[in-house]
Amino acid sequence: MSTTINPGALLLEHFETRSRRRRGRLSRNATLIVGCTLLGLVIVASLAAPLLTNYSPETLDPLRPLAPPLSSGHLLGTDEFGRDIFARILYGGRIDLLVAFGATGVTLVVGTAIGLVSGYFGGWVDAVIMRIVDLFFAFPFFVLVIAIVAMLGPSIFNMFIAIWLTSWISYARITRGHTVVAKGREYVLAAKALGYRHSRVMLRHILPNVVSFVLIFAMVDAVGNVLLGAALGFLGLGAKPPSPEWGAMISDGQNYILSSWWLSTLPGIAIVIVGVGFSLLGDGLADLLRADD
Amino acid sequence: MARYRFIGRRVLQLIPVLFGITVVTFFLLRLIPGDPALQILGQHYTKAGAVEVRHALGLDRPLWQQYVLFVQHLFQGNLGESITFKQSARSVITERLPPTLFLVAYAATVATVVSIPTGVVSALRRSGVFDQTARVTTLVGFAMPPFWLGIILILIFSIHLHVFPVNGYGNSFTAHLDHLFLPSLTIALGFSTILIRTLRSSTLAVLASDYVDTARVKGISRLAVLRKHVLRNAIVSVVVVFGINLAYLISGTVIVETVFGIPGVGSLLIDSVSTRDYPVVQGVTLVFAVLVVAINLLTDLVHASLDPRVVLE
Repeated sequence: MSTTINPGALLLEHFETRSRRRRGRLSRNATLIVGCTLLGLVIVASLAAPLLTNYSPETLDPLRPLAPPLSSGHLLGTDEFGRDIFARILYGGRIDLLVAFGATGVTLVVGTAIGLVSGYFGGWVDAVIMRIVDLFFAFPFFVLVIAIVAMLGPSIFNMFIAIWLTSWISYARITRGHTVVAKGREYVLAAKALGYRHSRVMLRHILPNVVSFVLIFAMVDAVGNVLLGAALGFLGLGAKPPSPEWGAMISDGQNYILSSWWLSTLPGIAIVIVGVGFSLLGDGLADLLRADD
Repeated sequence: MARYRFIGRRVLQLIPVLFGITVVTFFLLRLIPGDPALQILGQHYTKAGAVEVRHALGLDRPLWQQYVLFVQHLFQGNLGESITFKQSARSVITERLPPTLFLVAYAATVATVVSIPTGVVSALRRSGVFDQTARVTTLVGFAMPPFWLGIILILIFSIHLHVFPVNGYGNSFTAHLDHLFLPSLTIALGFSTILIRTLRSSTLAVLASDYVDTARVKGISRLAVLRKHVLRNAIVSVVVVFGINLAYLISGTVIVETVFGIPGVGSLLIDSVSTRDYPVVQGVTLVFAVLVVAINLLTDLVHASLDPRVVLE
């Protein structure tokens, strides 16, 4: 190997690594950006539904049932009652997004708090909480949610209760694991040695180091909750018929699948878009946070 | 010896889990708001009828007695009486168990057959066209509602191409294979998205490992390395993923059975919810949980027999 340094090669190498690094960061951000854009579009579209369509999601038009997409006045056609599919998908988004954020958000906060307390204090508190977590993990989540909804009575609110009751466990388990690791680190010992209160150590020192793992999981969980909400709507256990919830729309359209494919197909595409949005957001977030480590 | 000790320990671990399952399923009935008798009888409500229903469900006793009775009944294989079918919940459920078990096994097989080549090839040709396509497909597949996918598969393969039956279970083994192909494909496609991702990353890890380099340096052919190290590892990760995501696989049967009109336990659950047949809902929940625990045990034992490190841990 030659001892003389070739400045040209060094420079080239420098630029190569720099461009590679930049490209890496760009593609990482691309995942994040595409995910945010998809979700943002759906959120804005469903919130701004009255501005985007003149139709109401529940107004019947007996003269124009089952109009195909792109027919006059109806971008995505109409259903068996002549209701505008585009309007229904836009307004339905409010329900499905509410499920995504409402179900995920609450379990995220509650589960993380429980996991933090469990991992930080250890002892019998930890033992009891973790046994409860194990207990719930034995059940297929979906079956347990259906069983709870069945007992409480099918409705969208009871669906929320069922999800809240059962899905905090994943967050608790993830947070607890990372809290136990963080507890042994020097910065936590230092914070304790300074005499900070437990709540301050937990919230200001441990939580920031744990929250990224929780957020990444939350994105996957949000996809699951969108699918779950739609599934319960489809089964008639969540949102009820006149409501334009996407799963319920797919279920209604099933009866007309032979003649009018758009009734069931289009709301499904809306679900896929939201799901892909959350997935990309999770992937992008994971890459971003991994790069920080 | 270590192996038997592992099996013994694993079986002992089941005791608290099974105890927990009975507690949760027991408390399910307690979630019914107001008077369960009123919920069950509806417009047929009479005072005498309500007393009878409460007695049949054991609701007229103290809570702990109810639980003891519940567990006693479980040991006798008694899950209570189905309200709609007017026979024991156990016979209602066992009658409908075979299609569900068939579906789970079938879906698991299809998922494995689809995922192993896809995951391994994605890793071998990393960032290539195949890998990118697989990545996008799994991304979309993961976000697809299974009931919607099922409807689309019916639309394409049953209605337009006439390749598979629209619904039902059939009455011979080959008929089952035929009838349950689209339902298992629906579950398998959702499940393979998880499987392919795991297989891809574990294969990448194996390919980057020192022992693969050593094997190559020793002059062992690429194909032999692939067979001995990569595929063997792939099978272990398939088993592990199965263990972790079993609940997902089993949950899939509930909705897919409903879409495809398969007379299994999953569609029984949905029917019982709408008819307010609480004992059957309770029984099905229990059966599903026990199924998860049993298959979990099975995957752990298979994992242990494939990977000796598990036994020694």
